[in-house]
Amino acid sequence: MIEPFLLNAFLASVGLAVLAAPLGCLVVWNRMAYFGEAIAHAGLMGVALSLAFQVDLTLSVLLVALAAAVFVLALSRQRVVPIDSVLGLLHHGALSLGIIATGALSGPSVDLRSYLFGDIYAVVPSDLYWLAGTAVLVLGALVWLWQPLLRIAVHAELAAAEGVPRQRIRAAFIILMALAVAMAIKFVGILLAVAFLIVPAVAARPFATTPERMVVIALAIAVAAVVAGLYGSWTWDLPGGPSIVLAMALAAATSLFWVGARDNG
Amino acid sequence: MHQPSSSCDAHHDHPPIVLRPDALLSAEGLFYSRGSRTILSDVTLDIVAGEAITLIGPNGAGKTTLVRLLLGLDKPDRGSVNRRPGLSVGYVPQRFDIDRALPITVGRFLELGLAPRVHSSVITEALSEVGADGLAQRQLSLLSGGELQRVLLARGLLRNPQLLVLDEPVRGVDYLGEAELYALIGKLRDERGFAVLMVSHDLHVVMGSSDRVLCLNRHICCSGVPTTVARHPEYERLFGRRLAPAFAVYEHHHDHAHDLSGRSIEPASDSSGGAADTPTPHKAHPRDEDVAK
Repeated sequence: MIEPFLLNAFLASVGLAVLAAPLGCLVVWNRMAYFGEAIAHAGLMGVALSLAFQVDLTLSVLLVALAAAVFVLALSRQRVVPIDSVLGLLHHGALSLGIIATGALSGPSVDLRSYLFGDIYAVVPSDLYWLAGTAVLVLGALVWLWQPLLRIAVHAELAAAEGVPRQRIRAAFIILMALAVAMAIKFVGILLAVAFLIVPAVAARPFATTPERMVVIALAIAVAAVVAGLYGSWTWDLPGGPSIVLAMALAAATSLFWVGARDNG
Repeated sequence: MHQPSSSCDAHHDHPPIVLRPDALLSAEGLFYSRGSRTILSDVTLDIVAGEAITLIGPNGAGKTTLVRLLLGLDKPDRGSVNRRPGLSVGYVPQRFDIDRALPITVGRFLELGLAPRVHSSVITEALSEVGADGLAQRQLSLLSGGELQRVLLARGLLRNPQLLVLDEPVRGVDYLGEAELYALIGKLRDERGFAVLMVSHDLHVVMGSSDRVLCLNRHICCSGVPTTVARHPEYERLFGRRLAPAFAVYEHHHDHAHDLSGRSIEPASDSSGGAADTPTPHKAHPRDEDVAK
């Protein structure tokens, strides 16, 4: 007999994996991993606002993530320093602001740990409904926008010269990414949220020959890592989210090691 | 393109340029700067159907910037770019760093560039047209420089272009491959009749098959048919003399073949040739000869 909280944790992790697989591949193809990290860390501001104004956490994290995205776009207009430095600034600035704001708005008694690391075993059914709704929305949008998103990922300028509305597609992608990150923060915490996006995609790359196959393989690896991670967590009494992410990371490291050995004889 | 100047570097007043009304694409008075650095200043040009224009200039002359403005990838600070409505443009970009994280076959890459409602059987055709048969199943990120350029060219052709824009199409291609690639572009243009705007920082091959050469150095400093530009002292100063023999080797098969004898065919007419008149493909545009003054 499976304990209900274990089942909920499993369903939430798998749902997140489904949501994250296509987005994660796009993030990797567009080299936006650091961008994802930056909006995830800005999510701590969302936690602060949610605690202070009694707003739903997902909603406030989403709003903050979108604000962070706009901020990045505004700062990327300058050409003095590269974009990853701008993201570094945002990333650490937002994290610091988040810690200060959480303390100031909610008092020092608030335990940040559950937000930084998440608690996959604390998932309740209403969380699952939210996740399912978000997943349907995001996946629907991705199916609809897949072709232009892929064209931009292959070569943004070529796509733009051929008439793809680059700015609008990018903006839509950032919104979808913010939604996924907001969901991931709720379940696996701010520090590990982006891992669900990036790590399975990286693990899948050596086995993929088409973009879509990479998404499917990433999903398969993520689900396997969820099963392995939760099993390990249950058996040895380890924290759930980190166990899953560790399983993903081991899969990715093995995959990259394997392909490195294959290609270098 | 209409500046009666004997110096490529000096700024000067010039008479107003009359853009041809039947142009596919025209640009008027383009200015572009980044920070305090002026990259383009007062660039005016037009391209009519079937015309082959080569844009040459030293590194940092603003060639790629100009192409980006013409394609609408960047906005000029001042001036305007006008396209004929419904104009189809094929673009072969200069920099193509396909991210190895993205697995994609050549066939799929070409499919992504297909105009809507075009059957994908044309992909095989396009590949064979550019001499890249059999590449459809290969991974894009594993192509050699020459193969990649051919595939990019095929993607440009799949747009069924009236104008094909090529930014340094031989980048990453060895010397022999260069000549082949230029010959291929010339052949495709003969067959399909599209206009070509080609950028090069190096012109030993391209000029022979161009109707018109624009020499850019932040502004358009000289222009004209290849032979007149090639004899222009400013051109020689900017680019050296080494291209003369290359001309002889790679001259496009039916274009100005008579130049090879060294006979002077273009009347080195003076600055007057300004009146816009009916352009003929493969023929010099009279108003461009002012460079030979």
